[in-house]
Amino acid sequence: MVQGLAAALFIAAAAYLVFNTLANLEARRIASGFAFLWREAGFEIGESAFLAYGAADSYAKALAVGLANTFKVALLGIVFATVLGTAIGLLPLSRNPILRGLGATYIEFIRNVPLLVQLFFWYALSTEALPPPREALSPLSGVFLTNRGIFFPTFSGAPELQGFNFSGGGSLSPEFVTLLVGLSLYTAAFIAEIVRAGVMAVPREQWLAARALGLEERHVLRHVVAPLALRVIIPPLTSQYLNLTKNSSLAVAIGYPDLVSIANTTINQTGQAIEGIAIIMAVYLTISLAISALMNWSNARLR
Amino acid sequence: MKKIFNLLLLVVALYLGWKFVDWAVLRAVWQPDPALCRASTGACWGFIVEKHRLIAFGTYPYEEHWRPALASILLVALWMLSAWRRFWKPRLILIWAAGLTAIGILMWGGVFGLPYVENERWGGLILTLLLTTFGLAFAFPLGILLALGRRSELPLVRALCVAYIELIRGVPLISVLFMASVMLPLFLPAGVSVDKLLRAQIALILFAAAYLAEVVRGGLQAIPKHQYETADALGLGYSQKTFLIVLPQALRIAVPPLVNTCIGFFKDTSLVLIIGLFDLLSTIKVALNDPAWTGFGVEAYLFAALVYFVFCFAMSRYSRSLESGAGTTATLR
Repeated sequence: MVQGLAAALFIAAAAYLVFNTLANLEARRIASGFAFLWREAGFEIGESAFLAYGAADSYAKALAVGLANTFKVALLGIVFATVLGTAIGLLPLSRNPILRGLGATYIEFIRNVPLLVQLFFWYALSTEALPPPREALSPLSGVFLTNRGIFFPTFSGAPELQGFNFSGGGSLSPEFVTLLVGLSLYTAAFIAEIVRAGVMAVPREQWLAARALGLEERHVLRHVVAPLALRVIIPPLTSQYLNLTKNSSLAVAIGYPDLVSIANTTINQTGQAIEGIAIIMAVYLTISLAISALMNWSNARLR
Repeated sequence: MKKIFNLLLLVVALYLGWKFVDWAVLRAVWQPDPALCRASTGACWGFIVEKHRLIAFGTYPYEEHWRPALASILLVALWMLSAWRRFWKPRLILIWAAGLTAIGILMWGGVFGLPYVENERWGGLILTLLLTTFGLAFAFPLGILLALGRRSELPLVRALCVAYIELIRGVPLISVLFMASVMLPLFLPAGVSVDKLLRAQIALILFAAAYLAEVVRGGLQAIPKHQYETADALGLGYSQKTFLIVLPQALRIAVPPLVNTCIGFFKDTSLVLIIGLFDLLSTIKVALNDPAWTGFGVEAYLFAALVYFVFCFAMSRYSRSLESGAGTTATLR
């Protein structure tokens, strides 16, 4: 009875929305369907990971570039955030009061400020505090820090100052660096809490017993504490990885061409909002489900 | 060895701390004069001094700024009152209703000789606070319903709730905000229009509800089975069992994680900037667009961070005090 009502309500609401949408699309002469994907995009993309792209390529290609950029920043962010978060998470366990204080302060500050504010802050810092290319900072020979990005030598060549900017070698745009730094530092604070809680959850007796067996401290950590702590750590860690990936969509606010940013441009150009948002949602849902599945699998193996 | 390391660490920490104080306080410029700021090597707080009205109130008419100011104070006072366990009574709802009516009158005006101000002109701190307040006020009941639905024995209801919760939690907030800002107009019949503020508010409510639902579900799961069985044995129906026995206990358990979700939500409201609403962060960004004052983003965003920090830190302290003083929840188990 209740179910029937719920079903009827749901179907009625869905039908109403679909009907309205179709009528509105008709009235505004907006095309529907995914045919636009094969049309020429006509806009340039600042940077492209793995794929070569030009303005003459299709919308589908542009979105693929956006997706690749999302993956690039999310994967690197996950690696950095995990390393940093683990290090900071272990600080409160140290007997050193200064280290403990630093760790706690870091966590408290980062967690209580919106990520978007932090991204704007890092972006402002990278464009205002770093010098222009002509006065570039060079912390290592061949590596240049400027307000136009970071330049470094690769196997194919080294960066050289030409006109107002560097060319040759490898480079990272300020947008990419900002997003990567912002996401890593932000997520690291959350991961640190998870790691700390995970290690604290290991009963004291396990430490004592392992030491009583004569194991060295690092072996105690590696073979006794870590396997036990990981069981507690992995499920919340997974959701942090998902959060980081979803948060990478804030790229649109600082101009890094991730999937959401490109989809947004696509929507503005074609007017096909429903398809554009459907693509964004489908991609993120797929990523979410895939990461969850992967982590469940690794969690099952640990047990 | 350890002592040397400690000393070194202390020296580095103190040096960096000193460098920051030197920049932020000692060499800082407090006068609202861009030329002085550019000449100085310290922080330029003059920017905040010059733009504080714009940052705090957005494009609200200048002579009427006392209204959003008073409204913000009222709203914060309401929040603080609700944090007090002594006020956790049905009366609180009446207090909130009265408070929100007063805030509505202050912000819109049009009565008591206050000039009318359309909500397109609302901005700054009050917008952030209002988005958070109304977002939570509507998302909370919706979240409870979703959580109950997810634990329902009716497969169809359960499936719908699970699908909704997982769909929303699986996508970024931006996509929900985009959906509301560009798709909502398409969903509505011709002639009906919803303004930008309301569209963003709806998106925030739909988003927060999914997250609150999961927190409430956590509380529901913590209720021992015998509580349900006892309620059944007493012959209580579903609604009596749920609203008199299960929910009051589940919500009490869920208060600390609920506060944490509220903190996250407060931070998330900053994303409305991306769809063009003038919240606190957005007014700061707009203030930076003034050609006379470009290039002081570091100071501007530090200030934004400080404001958000004050609110979030207060809430997180509160959540922690609830956790440590949660004797009532411990006796439940």
